[in-house]
Amino acid sequence: MDEAVRFHFVVDGEDFTSAGQASVQVKKNLRRLGIPPEVIRKISIAMYEGEINMVIHADGGEAEVLVYEDRIVMILTDRGPGIADVEKAMQEGYSTAPDNVRSLGFGAGMGLPNMKRYTDDMKIESVVGEGTTITMTVLLA
Amino acid sequence: MKISTIQEILDAEVVCGEEFLDDEVHSACGSDMMSDVLAYVKDQAVLLTGLCNPQVIRTAEMMDMRCVVFVRSKCPTDEMIRLAKESDLVVLKTTKRMYEACGKLYLAGLGVSPTEAKAVN
Ligand SMILES: Nc1ncnc2c1ncn2[C@@H]1O[C@H](COP(=O)(O)OP(=O)(O)OP(=O)(O)O)[C@@H](O)[C@H]1O
Ligand SMILES: [Mg+2]
Repeated sequence: MDEAVRFHFVVDGEDFTSAGQASVQVKKNLRRLGIPPEVIRKISIAMYEGEINMVIHADGGEAEVLVYEDRIVMILTDRGPGIADVEKAMQEGYSTAPDNVRSLGFGAGMGLPNMKRYTDDMKIESVVGEGTTITMTVLLA
Repeated sequence: MKISTIQEILDAEVVCGEEFLDDEVHSACGSDMMSDVLAYVKDQAVLLTGLCNPQVIRTAEMMDMRCVVFVRSKCPTDEMIRLAKESDLVVLKTTKRMYEACGKLYLAGLGVSPTEAKAVN
Protein backbone atom coordinates (compact mmCIF):
# COMPACT_ATOMS: atom_id res chain seq x y z
CA MET A 1 0.00 0.00 0.00
CA ASP A 2 1.21 3.52 -0.74
CA GLU A 3 2.54 5.62 2.12
CA ALA A 4 -0.07 7.78 3.85
CA VAL A 5 0.14 10.92 5.94
CA ARG A 6 -1.75 10.08 9.10
CA PHE A 7 -3.55 12.26 11.67
CA HIS A 8 -5.01 10.81 14.84
CA PHE A 9 -7.32 12.45 17.38
CA VAL A 10 -9.05 11.45 20.57
CA VAL A 11 -12.52 12.99 20.61
CA ASP A 12 -13.62 13.91 24.13
CA GLY A 13 -17.20 12.92 24.86
CA GLU A 14 -17.46 14.71 28.21
CA ASP A 15 -17.25 18.27 27.05
CA PHE A 16 -19.55 19.47 24.28
CA THR A 17 -17.78 22.83 23.98
CA SER A 18 -14.74 21.07 22.52
CA ALA A 19 -16.78 19.10 19.94
CA GLY A 20 -15.48 19.82 16.46
CA GLN A 21 -11.90 20.54 17.56
CA ALA A 22 -10.44 17.60 15.65
CA SER A 23 -12.19 18.64 12.43
CA VAL A 24 -10.88 22.20 12.70
CA GLN A 25 -7.36 20.80 13.14
CA VAL A 26 -7.75 18.40 10.20
CA LYS A 27 -8.84 21.30 8.01
CA LYS A 28 -5.71 23.24 8.98
CA ASN A 29 -3.47 20.23 8.33
CA LEU A 30 -5.00 19.57 4.91
CA ARG A 31 -4.52 23.21 3.95
CA ARG A 32 -0.89 22.95 4.88
CA LEU A 33 -0.59 19.85 2.67
CA GLY A 34 -1.94 21.88 -0.25
CA ILE A 35 -5.13 19.83 -0.73
CA PRO A 36 -7.59 21.70 -3.03
CA PRO A 37 -10.17 23.86 -1.16
CA GLU A 38 -13.21 22.04 -2.68
CA VAL A 39 -11.85 18.74 -1.37
CA ILE A 40 -11.04 20.21 2.03
CA ARG A 41 -14.56 21.54 2.32
CA LYS A 42 -16.12 18.12 1.65
CA ILE A 43 -13.85 16.45 4.17
CA SER A 44 -14.37 19.17 6.76
CA ILE A 45 -18.16 18.95 6.65
CA ALA A 46 -18.24 15.13 6.65
CA MET A 47 -15.74 14.83 9.46
CA TYR A 48 -17.35 17.55 11.55
CA GLU A 49 -20.76 15.85 11.32
CA GLY A 50 -19.16 12.55 12.30
CA GLU A 51 -17.23 14.09 15.16
CA ILE A 52 -20.31 15.84 16.55
CA ASN A 53 -22.19 12.51 16.31
CA MET A 54 -19.52 10.76 18.35
CA VAL A 55 -19.84 13.42 21.05
CA ILE A 56 -23.62 13.62 21.23
CA HIS A 57 -24.52 9.98 20.58
CA ALA A 58 -21.50 7.92 21.69
CA ASP A 59 -19.60 9.72 24.51
CA GLY A 60 -16.68 10.43 22.23
CA GLY A 61 -14.28 8.22 20.32
CA GLU A 62 -11.32 8.37 18.01
CA ALA A 63 -10.73 9.86 14.60
CA GLU A 64 -8.08 8.86 12.14
CA VAL A 65 -7.44 10.66 8.87
CA LEU A 66 -5.22 9.07 6.22
CA VAL A 67 -4.03 11.14 3.29
CA TYR A 68 -2.99 9.06 0.29
CA GLU A 69 -1.89 10.32 -3.09
CA ASP A 70 -5.28 9.66 -4.70
CA ARG A 71 -7.71 9.77 -1.77
CA ILE A 72 -8.35 10.80 1.82
CA VAL A 73 -9.84 8.30 4.23
CA MET A 74 -11.50 9.21 7.53
CA ILE A 75 -12.12 6.52 10.12
CA LEU A 76 -14.30 7.43 13.11
CA THR A 77 -14.49 4.82 15.85
CA ASP A 78 -16.49 4.88 19.05
CA ARG A 79 -17.55 2.51 21.82
CA GLY A 80 -20.97 4.04 22.15
CA PRO A 81 -24.40 2.38 22.06
CA GLY A 82 -24.18 1.45 18.37
CA ILE A 83 -26.86 2.04 15.73
CA ALA A 84 -29.62 -0.59 15.74
CA ASP A 85 -31.08 0.26 12.34
CA VAL A 86 -28.47 1.86 10.09
CA GLU A 87 -30.85 2.22 7.16
CA LYS A 88 -33.28 4.19 9.31
CA ALA A 89 -30.48 6.32 10.78
CA MET A 90 -29.43 7.24 7.24
CA GLN A 91 -32.86 8.75 6.49
CA GLU A 92 -33.05 12.54 6.47
CA GLY A 93 -34.84 13.78 9.56
CA TYR A 94 -34.35 10.64 11.65
CA SER A 95 -32.83 11.57 14.99
CA THR A 96 -32.82 10.19 18.50
CA ALA A 97 -31.15 13.33 19.84
CA PRO A 98 -32.74 14.62 23.07
CA ASP A 99 -34.03 18.19 23.42
CA ASN A 100 -30.88 19.43 25.12
CA VAL A 101 -28.91 18.52 21.99
CA ARG A 102 -31.41 20.42 19.88
CA SER A 103 -30.94 23.50 22.03
CA LEU A 104 -27.23 23.26 21.19
CA GLY A 105 -28.05 23.56 17.47
CA PHE A 106 -27.91 19.88 16.48
CA GLY A 107 -30.27 16.92 16.21
CA ALA A 108 -32.13 17.49 12.95
CA GLY A 109 -31.27 14.03 11.65
CA MET A 110 -29.26 15.46 8.78
CA GLY A 111 -25.71 14.46 9.72
CA LEU A 112 -25.37 10.93 8.34
CA PRO A 113 -27.07 11.74 4.97
CA ASN A 114 -24.84 14.82 4.74
CA MET A 115 -21.72 12.72 5.37
CA LYS A 116 -22.75 10.41 2.55
CA ARG A 117 -23.46 13.34 0.25
CA TYR A 118 -20.04 14.91 0.71
CA THR A 119 -17.97 11.73 0.41
CA ASP A 120 -17.36 9.31 -2.45
CA ASP A 121 -17.77 6.27 -0.23
CA MET A 122 -19.14 5.73 3.26
CA LYS A 123 -19.32 2.52 5.24
CA ILE A 124 -21.02 2.15 8.63
CA GLU A 125 -20.15 -0.80 10.83
CA SER A 126 -22.12 -0.81 14.04
CA VAL A 127 -22.86 -3.33 16.75
CA VAL A 128 -25.46 -2.46 19.37
CA GLY A 129 -23.82 -2.26 22.79
CA GLU A 130 -20.31 -2.28 21.33
CA GLY A 131 -19.90 0.76 19.13
CA THR A 132 -19.71 2.21 15.67
CA THR A 133 -17.02 2.62 13.05
CA ILE A 134 -17.66 4.91 10.11
CA THR A 135 -15.19 4.91 7.24
CA MET A 136 -15.46 7.69 4.66
CA THR A 137 -13.38 8.17 1.54
CA VAL A 138 -13.00 11.28 -0.60
CA LEU A 139 -11.19 10.86 -3.89
CA LEU A 140 -8.58 13.40 -4.95
CA ALA A 141 -8.59 14.77 -8.51
CA MET B 1 -21.53 43.87 -0.24
CA LYS B 2 -18.68 44.76 2.07
CA ILE B 3 -18.78 43.30 5.58
CA SER B 4 -18.51 46.88 6.84
CA THR B 5 -21.85 47.63 5.12
CA ILE B 6 -23.45 44.74 7.01
CA GLN B 7 -22.08 46.20 10.19
CA GLU B 8 -23.59 49.61 9.38
CA ILE B 9 -26.99 48.23 8.34
CA LEU B 10 -27.27 46.17 11.51
CA ASP B 11 -25.75 48.86 13.69
CA ALA B 12 -23.50 46.08 14.90
CA GLU B 13 -20.52 45.96 17.19
CA VAL B 14 -17.36 44.42 15.72
CA VAL B 15 -16.27 41.74 18.18
CA CYS B 16 -13.26 40.61 16.15
CA GLY B 17 -11.86 40.56 12.62
CA GLU B 18 -11.72 44.36 12.05
CA GLU B 19 -8.99 43.80 9.49
CA PHE B 20 -11.44 41.96 7.20
CA LEU B 21 -14.28 44.51 7.21
CA ASP B 22 -13.47 45.51 3.64
CA ASP B 23 -13.93 41.97 2.35
CA GLU B 24 -16.80 41.40 -0.09
CA VAL B 25 -19.53 38.86 0.61
CA HIS B 26 -22.40 37.95 -1.70
CA SER B 27 -24.89 35.94 0.31
CA ALA B 28 -26.01 35.07 3.80
CA CYS B 29 -28.12 32.64 5.79
CA GLY B 30 -29.85 32.75 9.16
CA SER B 31 -30.37 29.79 11.48
CA ASP B 32 -30.15 28.60 15.06
CA MET B 33 -29.77 25.00 13.90
CA MET B 34 -26.19 24.18 12.93
CA SER B 35 -27.49 20.85 11.54
CA ASP B 36 -29.47 22.79 8.94
CA VAL B 37 -26.58 25.11 8.13
CA LEU B 38 -24.35 22.10 7.47
CA ALA B 39 -26.99 20.33 5.39
CA TYR B 40 -28.59 23.12 3.35
CA VAL B 41 -26.17 26.02 3.09
CA LYS B 42 -24.08 26.21 -0.06
CA ASP B 43 -21.74 29.16 -0.52
CA GLN B 44 -23.20 31.67 1.88
CA ALA B 45 -20.41 33.67 3.45
CA VAL B 46 -22.36 35.15 6.35
CA LEU B 47 -24.20 33.31 9.13
CA LEU B 48 -26.73 35.11 11.31
CA THR B 49 -27.64 33.19 14.44
CA GLY B 50 -29.19 33.44 17.86
CA LEU B 51 -27.28 30.39 19.08
CA CYS B 52 -24.26 31.04 21.25
CA ASN B 53 -21.74 28.21 21.52
CA PRO B 54 -18.33 27.32 20.04
CA GLN B 55 -19.97 25.07 17.41
CA VAL B 56 -21.36 28.19 15.72
CA ILE B 57 -17.80 29.35 15.04
CA ARG B 58 -16.61 25.87 14.08
CA THR B 59 -19.57 25.37 11.76
CA ALA B 60 -18.82 28.68 10.03
CA GLU B 61 -15.18 27.66 9.71
CA MET B 62 -16.08 24.25 8.24
CA MET B 63 -18.35 25.95 5.68
CA ASP B 64 -15.62 28.44 4.65
CA MET B 65 -17.73 31.37 5.82
CA ARG B 66 -16.31 34.87 6.39
CA CYS B 67 -18.58 36.42 8.99
CA VAL B 68 -20.82 35.41 11.90
CA VAL B 69 -23.47 37.83 13.20
CA PHE B 70 -24.92 37.21 16.65
CA VAL B 71 -28.43 38.61 16.86
CA ARG B 72 -30.37 39.71 19.98
CA SER B 73 -27.07 40.74 21.59
CA LYS B 74 -26.13 37.11 22.07
CA CYS B 75 -22.69 37.43 23.54
CA PRO B 76 -19.82 35.36 22.17
CA THR B 77 -17.56 34.00 24.93
CA ASP B 78 -13.79 34.58 25.07
CA GLU B 79 -13.27 31.01 23.89
CA MET B 80 -15.48 31.65 20.85
CA ILE B 81 -13.65 34.88 20.04
CA ARG B 82 -10.34 33.03 20.26
CA LEU B 83 -11.62 30.38 17.82
CA ALA B 84 -12.95 33.02 15.45
CA LYS B 85 -9.62 34.86 15.41
CA GLU B 86 -7.78 31.63 14.64
CA SER B 87 -10.07 31.13 11.64
CA ASP B 88 -9.87 34.75 10.40
CA LEU B 89 -13.62 35.16 10.89
CA VAL B 90 -15.32 38.50 11.42
CA VAL B 91 -17.69 38.37 14.39
CA LEU B 92 -20.42 40.99 14.67
CA LYS B 93 -23.00 41.47 17.41
CA THR B 94 -26.28 43.31 16.94
CA THR B 95 -29.21 44.09 19.22
CA LYS B 96 -31.61 43.40 16.33
CA ARG B 97 -33.62 40.21 16.25
CA MET B 98 -33.16 37.51 13.64
CA TYR B 99 -36.17 38.47 11.49
CA GLU B 100 -35.30 42.14 11.33
CA ALA B 101 -31.57 41.59 10.82
CA CYS B 102 -32.12 39.15 7.94
CA GLY B 103 -34.82 41.34 6.42
CA LYS B 104 -32.66 44.45 6.43
CA LEU B 105 -29.74 42.68 4.76
CA TYR B 106 -31.99 41.02 2.19
CA LEU B 107 -33.59 44.35 1.30
CA ALA B 108 -30.14 45.88 0.89
CA GLY B 109 -29.34 43.24 -1.75
CA LEU B 110 -27.60 40.51 0.22
CA GLY B 111 -29.23 37.39 -1.24
CA VAL B 112 -29.33 33.77 -0.26
CA SER B 113 -27.02 32.39 -2.93
CA PRO B 114 -24.27 33.77 -5.16
CA THR B 115 -26.33 33.01 -8.28
CA GLU B 116 -29.28 34.91 -6.93
CA ALA B 117 -27.05 37.78 -5.87
CA LYS B 118 -25.89 38.07 -9.47
CA ALA B 119 -29.50 38.16 -10.70
CA VAL B 120 -30.28 41.02 -8.30
CA ASN B 121 -27.33 43.16 -9.35
N1 LIG C 1 -21.75 7.40 16.45
C1 LIG C 1 -23.04 7.09 16.71
N2 LIG C 1 -23.35 6.22 17.72
C2 LIG C 1 -24.62 5.91 17.99
N3 LIG C 1 -25.67 6.38 17.29
C3 LIG C 1 -25.44 7.22 16.29
C4 LIG C 1 -24.12 7.63 15.93
N4 LIG C 1 -24.19 8.46 14.88
C5 LIG C 1 -25.49 8.58 14.58
N5 LIG C 1 -26.26 7.83 15.42
C6 LIG C 1 -27.73 7.67 15.39
O1 LIG C 1 -28.20 7.99 14.09
C7 LIG C 1 -29.14 9.05 14.18
C8 LIG C 1 -29.02 9.93 12.95
O2 LIG C 1 -27.74 10.58 12.93
P1 LIG C 1 -27.61 11.98 12.17
O3 LIG C 1 -26.22 12.46 12.32
O4 LIG C 1 -28.12 11.78 10.79
O5 LIG C 1 -28.63 12.92 12.94
P2 LIG C 1 -28.47 13.64 14.35
O6 LIG C 1 -27.06 13.55 14.82
O7 LIG C 1 -29.49 13.07 15.26
O8 LIG C 1 -28.83 15.15 14.00
P3 LIG C 1 -27.89 16.17 13.13
O9 LIG C 1 -26.76 15.39 12.58
O10 LIG C 1 -28.78 16.73 12.09
O11 LIG C 1 -27.44 17.20 14.11
C9 LIG C 1 -28.83 9.75 15.47
O12 LIG C 1 -29.92 10.49 15.98
C10 LIG C 1 -28.44 8.57 16.36
O13 LIG C 1 -29.59 7.88 16.78
MG1 LIG D 1 -25.50 14.15 13.52
